Amino acid sequence: MSAENSTSKETPNPAADGSELIRFDGVMKRFGSNVVLDHLDFTVSSGKHVTLIGPSGSGKTTILRLLMTLLKPDEGTIKVGGEYLTHEERNGKLVPAGETHIREVRKNIGMVFQQFNLFPNMGVLRNITEAPVHVLGLSKDEAEERARELVELVGLTEHLDKYPSQLSGGQQQRVAIARALAMRPQVLLLDEVTSALDPELVAGVLDVLRDIAHTTDITMLVVTHEMNFARDISDDVLMFDAGRVIESGSPEKMFSDPEHERTREFLSAVL
Amino acid sequence: MNKWDWSNVDDFMPRFWDGVLVTLQALAIGSLIAFSLGLVWAIAQRSTLIWIRWPVIAVTEFIRNTPLLVQLFFLFYVVPEWGPSMSPLATGIVGLGLHYSTYTAEVYRAGIEGVPAGQWEAATALSLPKTRTWTAVILPQAIRRVIPALGNYVISMLKDSPMIAVIGAFEMLGEAQAYSNETFTTEALTVVGVAFIVIAYPASLLLRALERRLVR
Ligand SMILES: Nc1ncnc2c1ncn2[C@@H]1O[C@H](COP(=O)(O)OP(=O)(O)OP(=O)(O)O)[C@@H](O)[C@H]1O
Ligand SMILES: [Mg+2]
Repeated sequence: MSAENSTSKETPNPAADGSELIRFDGVMKRFGSNVVLDHLDFTVSSGKHVTLIGPSGSGKTTILRLLMTLLKPDEGTIKVGGEYLTHEERNGKLVPAGETHIREVRKNIGMVFQQFNLFPNMGVLRNITEAPVHVLGLSKDEAEERARELVELVGLTEHLDKYPSQLSGGQQQRVAIARALAMRPQVLLLDEVTSALDPELVAGVLDVLRDIAHTTDITMLVVTHEMNFARDISDDVLMFDAGRVIESGSPEKMFSDPEHERTREFLSAVL
Repeated sequence: MNKWDWSNVDDFMPRFWDGVLVTLQALAIGSLIAFSLGLVWAIAQRSTLIWIRWPVIAVTEFIRNTPLLVQLFFLFYVVPEWGPSMSPLATGIVGLGLHYSTYTAEVYRAGIEGVPAGQWEAATALSLPKTRTWTAVILPQAIRRVIPALGNYVISMLKDSPMIAVIGAFEMLGEAQAYSNETFTTEALTVVGVAFIVIAYPASLLLRALERRLVR
């Protein structure tokens, strides 16, 4: 049993019941004249682990960044848990959402970055407790208790008092995972979280993520080049090309018998 | 040239210490103003509200690009006509602090821009409130890396501090010049020259030590 579930005192994380959690509707994103997402539609059910694959530049990172509100869509809407993420309904009309609304919806989403992005001026413990205290309003004690459990989950108990610069990349990334989970998000976004790591440190991080995938009901959107890992944890694999989903299916089907020529080409290049 | 006469030095000493006190006061309080006001400018210059950002940029550019001497005269002779009037020393301190705040604002700005975008993104991903992002994440990292540059401006300010004598705040050099004019001697000026070195040199050593510790 994971520390993550056994300590749920409050109520966020409504049990994953397979209902629709994420919905992209006609999402369009351009950078200048470069159309990166072209009227993209897709949905993710709660509790599912979905891996996004596709060639470099196909827009995988852009999708995760849109969900994290680090980018805004040029057109279309994104819903999370039935709520519009960057829009609000006012007098029956959809208008761009205010900061308060975005913040509320965004609390359901956590992200782990390729470059970890830990706060270097804070120790491990405070990296993890900072947001639970200042965003969720937990007391310092509650937040620290939660942090300690998560640090144990990611196997770093003896490093609790260190600063990020005193940790290896793999350890830093495991702290970053704990930091994201401390917010008890419904959705965890993972964008190539092992790409910046030395090869010998990759397995440790992937093991932690496998554990989380198998023992919690958190929904995951994963971008990774680790195809074995993707096969282990995914319920669905989405193949992107030129800003659209060109094929999707179970990892078994996608990795052994893809239908689309582009998928075959892509997989033969990475597998 | 007159011969060096120690009795002139002895004679000057009481006024020298008065001057040192004024110099150190101007430097200490002026730095405090420059450091805190500069931070306010730097943050305001990044405001998303154009009616905050734009005036602040205009005013700081203006102050930075006009001579301190003119600003001192303005504060001392023009401002009291329609606003508060202050003692020469207080005016001098405000003038130094205000002038240098426009330099420290640039220093802070560079420090803030030097914080990797990933730090802002991580703060957003955790939904940290704006003020918390600034005070707990961005500023501690930004300020740490600009402390040496800020320190350099303290030394520049020390070197500019004699200017406040023009509005009657007699710091070390002002006292020495007055003494020399009254007595037709030069020893006092030499004493003050040495005093500047005695203050500035250890200060710059201290700065360099700080730099080695902070910028690793
Ligand atoms: N901030 C930006 N400004 C301009 N163009 C951008 C920006 N971010 C991404 N792009 C462009 O958008 C396209 C999609 O980028 P994205 O990072 O989403 O691809 P990706 O599928 O994650 O690729 P990779 O596998 O290389 O990480 C690329 O052509 C990229 O150059
Ligand atoms: Mg990417």
